[in-house]
Amino acid sequence: MDGVDVISAETASASEVVAVGGSKLARSRRWRVRLSPVRWVRGGGLSALVFALPMLAIFTAFSWYPIVRLVVLSLQHTNLIDPPTWAGLDNFREVISDPLFLTAVKNTAYFAGLALVFGYPIPLVAAVLISESRRLRGLYSVLAYLPVVLPPVVGVLLWKSVFYEPSRVGLFNTVLSWFHLGPYGWLQSPGTAMPALVLESTWANAGTTIIIYLAALTAVDRNLYEAASVDGAGVWRKIWHVTLPQLRGVLLVTLMLQIIGTAQVFIEPFLFTQGGPANSTLTVLLLVYQYAFGNSVGVGFGQAAALSLMLAAFLAVFSVIFMRLTRSWSTT
Amino acid sequence: VIGVRLRRRGEAEPTPGLIARTDWARPEVRWVVGGAQVLLLALVVLIGLGPVVWLAKGAVTPTIDTLRNPLALFPHGVAWSNLSDAWSSVDVGRYFWNTIVLSVGSWLCQIIIATTGAYVLSVLRPAWARFVTALLLGTLFVPLVVLIIPLYIEIVHPPIIHHSFAESYWAIWLPAGASAFNVVLVKRFFDNLPRELFEAACIDGAGPVRLFFTIVLPLSKPILGVVSVFAILAEWKNFLWPYLVLANSPDRQPLSVRLPAIQAQTQLGVLLAAMLIAALVPILGFLIFHRTFLRGSSLSGALKG
Repeated sequence: MDGVDVISAETASASEVVAVGGSKLARSRRWRVRLSPVRWVRGGGLSALVFALPMLAIFTAFSWYPIVRLVVLSLQHTNLIDPPTWAGLDNFREVISDPLFLTAVKNTAYFAGLALVFGYPIPLVAAVLISESRRLRGLYSVLAYLPVVLPPVVGVLLWKSVFYEPSRVGLFNTVLSWFHLGPYGWLQSPGTAMPALVLESTWANAGTTIIIYLAALTAVDRNLYEAASVDGAGVWRKIWHVTLPQLRGVLLVTLMLQIIGTAQVFIEPFLFTQGGPANSTLTVLLLVYQYAFGNSVGVGFGQAAALSLMLAAFLAVFSVIFMRLTRSWSTT
Repeated sequence: VIGVRLRRRGEAEPTPGLIARTDWARPEVRWVVGGAQVLLLALVVLIGLGPVVWLAKGAVTPTIDTLRNPLALFPHGVAWSNLSDAWSSVDVGRYFWNTIVLSVGSWLCQIIIATTGAYVLSVLRPAWARFVTALLLGTLFVPLVVLIIPLYIEIVHPPIIHHSFAESYWAIWLPAGASAFNVVLVKRFFDNLPRELFEAACIDGAGPVRLFFTIVLPLSKPILGVVSVFAILAEWKNFLWPYLVLANSPDRQPLSVRLPAIQAQTQLGVLLAAMLIAALVPILGFLIFHRTFLRGSSLSGALKG
């Protein structure tokens, strides 16, 4: 349709020129003037550039240049005071040989894995149930999404200073004491600290996934359910053979988004535990932060950049491989 | 419009869901489904609303009562003083204002960049638009947090200008505009606007500026609403970046950066009051504009897919 418009516009202006000039000469002159600045301005080239200027300036300054700078920084020794010197792959070597690197990678993978166990099936079950309730759908969606709009700092501080309070009067410990359990130091022991972070993070983020599933569920063709029940399928078989296959595309997307999101976990370990106890909640981005701003600002910028770059590269490669592998299963 | 109305009317009718109409007649089905619904409602209220309600209760409960039993309901009366203490004695009022200024500035920056940028890429379409679009799509793959280090250096030691932007709100407003997600979202919306309208406007003699302000912007209110609520919410929730670039000027920091410091300064009741004040604007905004929020949330899933 676009092509047709362009062609008709072209022929219109060409016939105009022919009408004015009346010869081949006019056409060739038109070709020449088209390349001139005046013609460029009249043709909208200047206004397009003016409109694009804010975007180009902001993205160059705060997106494209920093991406290049990240790569450069990872190859330099820098401390913000002395002029930087080239370091080759020293920064990468230092990061990889740092024993904390392996800890951080393992912890981040653990966080992502636990977040999948908690956070992947629950929103799906909730969304399927919510979509079946026609009267209360709106209410359910609003309630499920409410934790998402809370500032993460408020969520974390609330859970930390009240829910996970390690003494008997912590909210969770109070509830557990009714069953003669506890008190537990949720964030104080290396074994429970990470699951505790994942629990809060799942509470804070599940709403988005539920809303995405609900939107996808409205697109499921309801006639398929009717057809399935005519064929004698029960509820479970309908979920298995109709709902899940129809959601396949969305399920894959949320899986990828969740893994990418949890690989970047920062604020929970930063505010809950500062990576402790015994580095059991030290994640990759927290390590980046510690390299860059931990002891004295600027000394570890090279290592921080190298580690950031490795994370970004990992996520990019992961997304590409994931999309390649799942392309044939996806419905969209 | 007619299609939308028809669909709405269709939704009101009992369409067959997972449970067939004939199954609804069986009492055991109704019991099981009813039980699951009640359980779901209880869980959603407990998990979604519970912590927020508890925060509101804790914010007006004397600290000593909260510390003694977090689940007791006002055993010794209500302490409204927590709220006024938080507002004035730990300066939450000032940080609240800072948060508003930061959010409005970031919102303005994002709206300007997203609309003008998308207008160029979708409507004006100069020859180089394809190249820029490809660059933006590539940028979508780079998570923002990995750019924290180069961005920080750029703000503290900017090239060319050689004047540090740290401790200034520009250090937060301007980078907020570089959201490839916004530009792509708005561009997709513009792509679906009827071209005939633009051509008609051009024939009537409207230039690119008139076209932008009188045709394109008024038509794109729905998407601007989505971008706006998420821009403001994102800045209200933002922590790490303002924490880094406003590190040395506590008076200029937003609420989410100050809350951990307030925690060290004051008693629990006042902290909870400060947290409630910080949460109030997003919660009220969400309750008022929940349709926009929920539509935007599902849109983002569709876009990333």
